[in-house]
Amino acid sequence: MKSMRTRKRICAVALNGVIAVLAIAWLVPVFWLVISSFRAEQGAYTSYLWPKSFTFGNYIRLFTDRKLFDFPRWFGNTMLVAGCSCVITTILTLMVAYVYSRLRFPSRRFLMNASLVLGMFPGFMSIIAIYHFMKAVNLDQTLLALILVYSGGAALNYYIAKGYFDTIPKSLDEAAILDGASNSTIFWKIILPNAKPVIATTAINAFINPIVDYIFVSVIMKDNYNNFTVSKGLYTMVDKTNIYEYYTVFCAGAVIVAIPVVLLFIRMQKYYVAGVVGGSVKG
Amino acid sequence: MRENSKQNVLICAAAKGSLWTRLSFAVMGAGCIRHKQYVRGLLYLLTQIVFFFFFKNFALEYLSKFNTLGTETQRKVWNAELQIFQRFPGDNSMLILLYSVLSLAVVVVFVCIWYANIRDSWYAQESARRGGHIDSFREDLRSLTHERFHITLLSMPMLTLVLFTLLPIIFMILIAFTNFDADHQPPGNLFTWVGMTNVTDIFLGNEIKTNTFFGLLGWTIVWAILATFTNYILGMLLAVAINSKLVKLKQVWRTCFIIAIAIPQFVSLLLISRALEPAGAINVLLQKLGLISTPLPFLLNPTLARIVVVVVNMWIGIPYTMMTFSGVLMNIPAELYESAEMDGAGPARRFISITLPYMIFVTAPATITTFVTNFNNFNVIYLLTAGGPFSLDCYQAGKTDLLVTWLYKLTVNRNDYSLASTIGIFIFMLVGSCSLLVYNRTGAVKKEDQFQ
Repeated sequence: MKSMRTRKRICAVALNGVIAVLAIAWLVPVFWLVISSFRAEQGAYTSYLWPKSFTFGNYIRLFTDRKLFDFPRWFGNTMLVAGCSCVITTILTLMVAYVYSRLRFPSRRFLMNASLVLGMFPGFMSIIAIYHFMKAVNLDQTLLALILVYSGGAALNYYIAKGYFDTIPKSLDEAAILDGASNSTIFWKIILPNAKPVIATTAINAFINPIVDYIFVSVIMKDNYNNFTVSKGLYTMVDKTNIYEYYTVFCAGAVIVAIPVVLLFIRMQKYYVAGVVGGSVKG
Repeated sequence: MRENSKQNVLICAAAKGSLWTRLSFAVMGAGCIRHKQYVRGLLYLLTQIVFFFFFKNFALEYLSKFNTLGTETQRKVWNAELQIFQRFPGDNSMLILLYSVLSLAVVVVFVCIWYANIRDSWYAQESARRGGHIDSFREDLRSLTHERFHITLLSMPMLTLVLFTLLPIIFMILIAFTNFDADHQPPGNLFTWVGMTNVTDIFLGNEIKTNTFFGLLGWTIVWAILATFTNYILGMLLAVAINSKLVKLKQVWRTCFIIAIAIPQFVSLLLISRALEPAGAINVLLQKLGLISTPLPFLLNPTLARIVVVVVNMWIGIPYTMMTFSGVLMNIPAELYESAEMDGAGPARRFISITLPYMIFVTAPATITTFVTNFNNFNVIYLLTAGGPFSLDCYQAGKTDLLVTWLYKLTVNRNDYSLASTIGIFIFMLVGSCSLLVYNRTGAVKKEDQFQ
């Protein structure tokens, strides 16, 4: 009996140890980013690992040295684009999710399959066409174009919200219908108030997406420096000519961008599972 | 009556329709106005007028050039007086194609409305003949909040979907059959239809393009399989380990992994790629530890670079799978374990006969999605190696390039749109058809209706 208990203890220690080692392995790059952002010496490559001295200078420089890299402006652009496309995407997604979850009409299955297939097309292929279209109507390289690009595909990403709506009991709808409510009333008065978590998730997702995206913004903005978002902007700091001087500033900028994303991500992870495995899991 | 197929309504309306119904074929809304559906009838009429002007003043100009995509090149004429070249704009193939697609879409929508107009007037006529009720405009509006609420809700999302996803895709598909590349850039030059040239180029014509394509296709498939299954299996193990009763501080461990993936990929991948360079942190560390004397060419040696992308992808992907499986594990019904325990099943037996099958079943559809995502995994490859190391026996591609990153380079760096579109269509057909097939065969999707 005693040997059994010791074996269990050894098992527990080993398992906890392995997980701890893995967790550290996963956190090393994050840690590396943070110490690089406080490093006083410039340069992307150093012949030593631990910085010789620390400074807040990189953060100060990020916001004050605006001649070459206008980070505050890019940050403003990003917030504007992310905010607008978050609102539009959330509204569109919830509408589509409700329709597929609750309403039954002849073309429903076709539309759902079509959405699935359309989602398989490499995203930026359509972005190129949109770029040319925007150019034709003189909207290329604008923030509006970027907002439209980020929120245009909203009707395809309804899975998470639909999965959640599916778990709201149908008996609620039926009771409301007996009371003379229309489908519109059910949507506004029953489904939406009961779906606050998934509204939050959809909104957070839609807000994060423009912040972390790099491809769409490079295709749409090309070299319109003033309308860059943070990802595209920060990336210009680390091209061949600037990387030596600006690498640590880049790290500081990356930390500032990463903090809100990390917080939102942690808040959202509870609902991630429901979205991935859809209706197969209740919860 | 509503079961009538589309053709039947048109034939019935033409054969048995009243004069007003037949008039609806030419003047939209006539039948509706006859049956006192004034607002509806006028809306139809207005649609027709607007469409007519649109077609005459806009669509016709572009559609008439659709078959050639323009014939007049932009001309430069030497103006001796001003001592400059003056440019006279010619046709812009790009705009002709773009606006033609847009016009065709409008025509399709118009035909649908035209059909609806005839159907409405035929139904109204039939209803009136039987002395039935004809909906007033007010009732129509009210039905949009109930019986036809799906139309109200879907109209906006579908509009954006058509404008920003469907039409661009159609446009890019058409581009695949043109010679729109670096040498045929509007507005300076025209491009035109070349039929299947791009397709034959890729599959059997142009040797270097064929080699590049099949080389990249092979690597893309290997990559997608490796990336999906390493993440799947290791993520599952990690989730099972963290969820084990022996592990304390479960939420803390999970959060550690989640922080790692919540860092935007353009940041973390850039950092990792810098660290992997000859003078980067990892080589410095290995040298300090005395494990190697000269830096390892992580991103310069083709084989090593391929291993590196797979390993780094594990760093990115395992936390996601871990999150999924943690959720799934917590949802396995406890009764299953209890009854298994009563039957005398040990922990290993319980894992193999309950946990494993359950997890695999529930995550099957998600795995297909992951596979597709990996097939088109732009970020990991482009931000980490940018497709490199480059090689001369590939057309504009490196040894770790996937089809999708090759496509990006062809368009953004080389303006070789037609070739890129052809590859895009190929990826689309391969991935789309496979996943549609698998999706509709998976139990979880088939019974989608019943999970509510």
